[in-house]
Amino acid sequence: MKRRTFFKATTLLAASLVAGAAMAADPIIVGAVAPKTGPLAGGAAVTHWPNIALWVKEVNERGGLTVGGEQRMLEVIEYDDQTNPAETIKAVQRLATQDDADIILAPYSTGLNLAAAPIFDRLGFPQITSSAATDQIGELSAQFNDMFFLLGRSSDLAEDAVEVLAELREAGEIGNRVAMVNVADAFGIELAAVGKPALEAAGFELVYETSYPLGTPDLSPIMKAAKAAEPDAFVAWSYPPDTFGLTEQAMIEELNVKAFYTAVATAFPAYGGRFGAAAEGVMGIGGVNTASPAFQDYAARLEAATGSKPDYWASGMMYASLQILEEAIETTGTLDMAEVTQFIKDNSFETVMGTIDFDDENNNTAYWTVGQWQGGEFKGIKETGREGAVAPILKTGWE
Amino acid sequence: MKRGDLSNLAWGAALLVLAALLPLTGDGYLISLGVTIAMYTVLATSWALFSGPTHYISLATAAFFGVGTYVTGAGIDHLPYWTLLPIAAVVGGVLAALVGLATLRLSGVYFVIFTLGLAEMTRQVVTWYQNKTGHKGTYVLTDLTDNDIYWQLVALAGLVFLIGWAVGRSRLGFALRIIGDDEDVARHVGINTALSKVALFIVSGAVAAVVGAIIAPRYVYIEPSTAFTPMLSFQVVIMALLGGTGRLWGPLVGVIPFTLLWEAISSSFPNQTTLLLGLSFLAIVYLLPGGFVGLWDRVKHRSARRRALA
Amino acid sequence: MDILITGLILGGTYALIAMGLNLQYGVSRIMNLANGEMLVIGGFTAFALYTAGQVSPLLTIFIVAPVAYVLNWLVYRIMLRPLVKRAKSRGMLEQDAILTTFGLSFVMVGLMLWAFGGDYFSYSYLARPVVIFGDNFGLNRVVAFGCAALLCAGLYLWLNVSRAGMAIRAVAVSPENARLVGIDVPKLSARAFALGGAVTAVGGAVISTFLTLDASTGVMFTMKALIIVIMGGVGDVRGTILAALVLGLGETLVATFIDPGLTLAAAYALFIAILLFRPQGFFGRKPT
Repeated sequence: MKRRTFFKATTLLAASLVAGAAMAADPIIVGAVAPKTGPLAGGAAVTHWPNIALWVKEVNERGGLTVGGEQRMLEVIEYDDQTNPAETIKAVQRLATQDDADIILAPYSTGLNLAAAPIFDRLGFPQITSSAATDQIGELSAQFNDMFFLLGRSSDLAEDAVEVLAELREAGEIGNRVAMVNVADAFGIELAAVGKPALEAAGFELVYETSYPLGTPDLSPIMKAAKAAEPDAFVAWSYPPDTFGLTEQAMIEELNVKAFYTAVATAFPAYGGRFGAAAEGVMGIGGVNTASPAFQDYAARLEAATGSKPDYWASGMMYASLQILEEAIETTGTLDMAEVTQFIKDNSFETVMGTIDFDDENNNTAYWTVGQWQGGEFKGIKETGREGAVAPILKTGWE
Repeated sequence: MKRGDLSNLAWGAALLVLAALLPLTGDGYLISLGVTIAMYTVLATSWALFSGPTHYISLATAAFFGVGTYVTGAGIDHLPYWTLLPIAAVVGGVLAALVGLATLRLSGVYFVIFTLGLAEMTRQVVTWYQNKTGHKGTYVLTDLTDNDIYWQLVALAGLVFLIGWAVGRSRLGFALRIIGDDEDVARHVGINTALSKVALFIVSGAVAAVVGAIIAPRYVYIEPSTAFTPMLSFQVVIMALLGGTGRLWGPLVGVIPFTLLWEAISSSFPNQTTLLLGLSFLAIVYLLPGGFVGLWDRVKHRSARRRALA
Repeated sequence: MDILITGLILGGTYALIAMGLNLQYGVSRIMNLANGEMLVIGGFTAFALYTAGQVSPLLTIFIVAPVAYVLNWLVYRIMLRPLVKRAKSRGMLEQDAILTTFGLSFVMVGLMLWAFGGDYFSYSYLARPVVIFGDNFGLNRVVAFGCAALLCAGLYLWLNVSRAGMAIRAVAVSPENARLVGIDVPKLSARAFALGGAVTAVGGAVISTFLTLDASTGVMFTMKALIIVIMGGVGDVRGTILAALVLGLGETLVATFIDPGLTLAAAYALFIAILLFRPQGFFGRKPT
């Protein structure tokens, strides 16, 4: 920290010595804090960090952000919060007061974003969350005025999955019997708490229902029991390690349902990479319009710049949050965050995920809720107002 | 009460007041560092109250802390915040009593691993219960700022030091030291070893639960993975041992340099934080056996000898 | 029947996780908190070789084992031996070992992040059903069980039949007395630690065929391994095998008949109950 101020002082000195000579404008300090270690590091490595790298690279290759008629380069300061909310709070404070960050990007995940919300609010930075799914959007945005939500309500995510099943049933494609399991951890519990009544309300018969702890090493008893219940559809409100585990067990147990849904991480490129053709027809949380040129272009750029593929859910939203910030800063021509925040509230934005417009609760009301692996891509099949949804297909075995 | 005691008390009180003045600087970053230091000071000191004299290494801090956060998480919508702290203390204390009565006849590494298992089991039971009841996320939305949380923690630290001071002077403290030296001797001279140990285990459990309850509003969203993180238990042990558990102020002099070191590493080397933390850890173990208290005693010992020679 | 087999297979997995730690803790007296990281490194190596060159994880273990052996031997000689020397009592060594290996686990996570990044590592290998007594089981898990069985049997025989094995057992029982009968305790402790590390890394390579790993997951395995080793009794291979199987069966029974949501809670409850009734574990000697 001290070195930084020293560096600043010397550059100031040098700058005043060569006053009159052409000099580059000060860089814009962009603060970023998210897990690089800890339980959520795996997710952040896919969804969060590559987007920041891409954005900064592209903006700087253009010569920087234009603020008040002046082009200024971006300089990122990254911190690892170790998936620990106390560290997130401390890092945001540090960015604001020690590093004099001009912009601070929203952290990763629901929990860490909520922990950081009071501090963002007090410091007056807009917090455009792209990886927080919650049902408390109204309460949160009322208390934290600068908090924005791109990923949507958790209940929509669960209810839409049920709706997809209901539509398949109305079309006569699948029967009425559903096996539902969930991981007993924060988001999994939340999705199940919405999903179960939704399934019942839709008139489905829950032939098997259970939860399992995060980190269960062997999911085969669950899959055996699910199979024994002879369901027509299988729904799992799951997390990354068990999303992979459940799918593999389903293959091994030859659970040949026509509709197979797993939640978080189904949209990860690693899922398609691991299961290949067997992933065909698997449904999951998220989705994007893979046919949209904007998304295709973004995916290609991301892979070229960082070597990592975007996931088909929150990655694009993360990048969109950066685009929104960029447009708000360049159009208002200021780094005054109150003005930038107001601009974000008042305007709509063209992003790689399509047009984004926040409502009175700072919520982006149009987002993807359900996707499905089709032909090697995870395509959006259900949304709350996005274009390009494709029709769901039936799962035909695991070959 | 001896004069030395009185001056110790006065010094302690003065330092506490000084610590409580920190938020007046208005520097949010300092305050957030202060919250971290205060939190670990309370946890490590109360941990050392039990583990210092008995040499029982407990990894159950996360269990009590997590239970405390969930007391706030579950109760905040129904009860005023201030009533939740004593409830957390009672819940933490009862849990500690149950565990203590059941396990304190285990010794050495068996106790260590048992407490580690306990933290995980508590987490499992809490999440299972939430799942059964169809919980839709635990939110703690309050108006409490970092300042409020900091002051509560400082006050709690004062209380813990007072308890530690009183215990150190009491028969209980004496009994515990004998247990730590030799449990058989303690039993032979008629000390109720189990009762003495359980009593202090309850204190440290209740305190950790209250810390959890105080911190919960800061986290806003309570998740099992953050409330029951095993890292917390390990960090508390490391900090306390770094300081030295032989004296009441030992953990404090471990917590402060450790937190600052942690902070310096994570701010200067964000991509190698884990690696460098590990390396500095190793350096501490090799260069500072016995912690800072040990170092202090050696220095004092040496200068005393020099004086004696002169 | 399928419950029995599922439980046994899971128990085999647990044996792979815990066997190495048993050697390290039982013989070398090092409660190695970096055990899980060593396992993840083994898994990563298997992943890297499989995705880069389609090298079967079952062949990878022949690379992983010697490399891990040398690495762990160096770790013991350079880092842990000084602690053993300076420790005045077993309790002090335990404390120092906890601190050191905890630091070491950070270092290893840091190195893995630097080398592999924080991403999830998962691949599909032998994810095919095999039918045993009319029920389906994952071929990769069955193979892992086979590896575990071979490894356990090999270790058990070696410890009981060979001279070196006898000496190692003598050290496990009592380092002081072993020294009296002319056993080079430091040398054997280093070997046992290295061997334990190699076994753990091999376990990791095998387990990576069906579990999804990332750089930070090590601590989960460390905790499981500690529990199994303590449950079985420190320094006894039979105890660890029995504890691993009991845990595997217990979890499967609870998952099938009670509630899968309680499997992990039940595992810890089982562990706690066993400690209460048999504080020294299944095969442990009374602590002196």
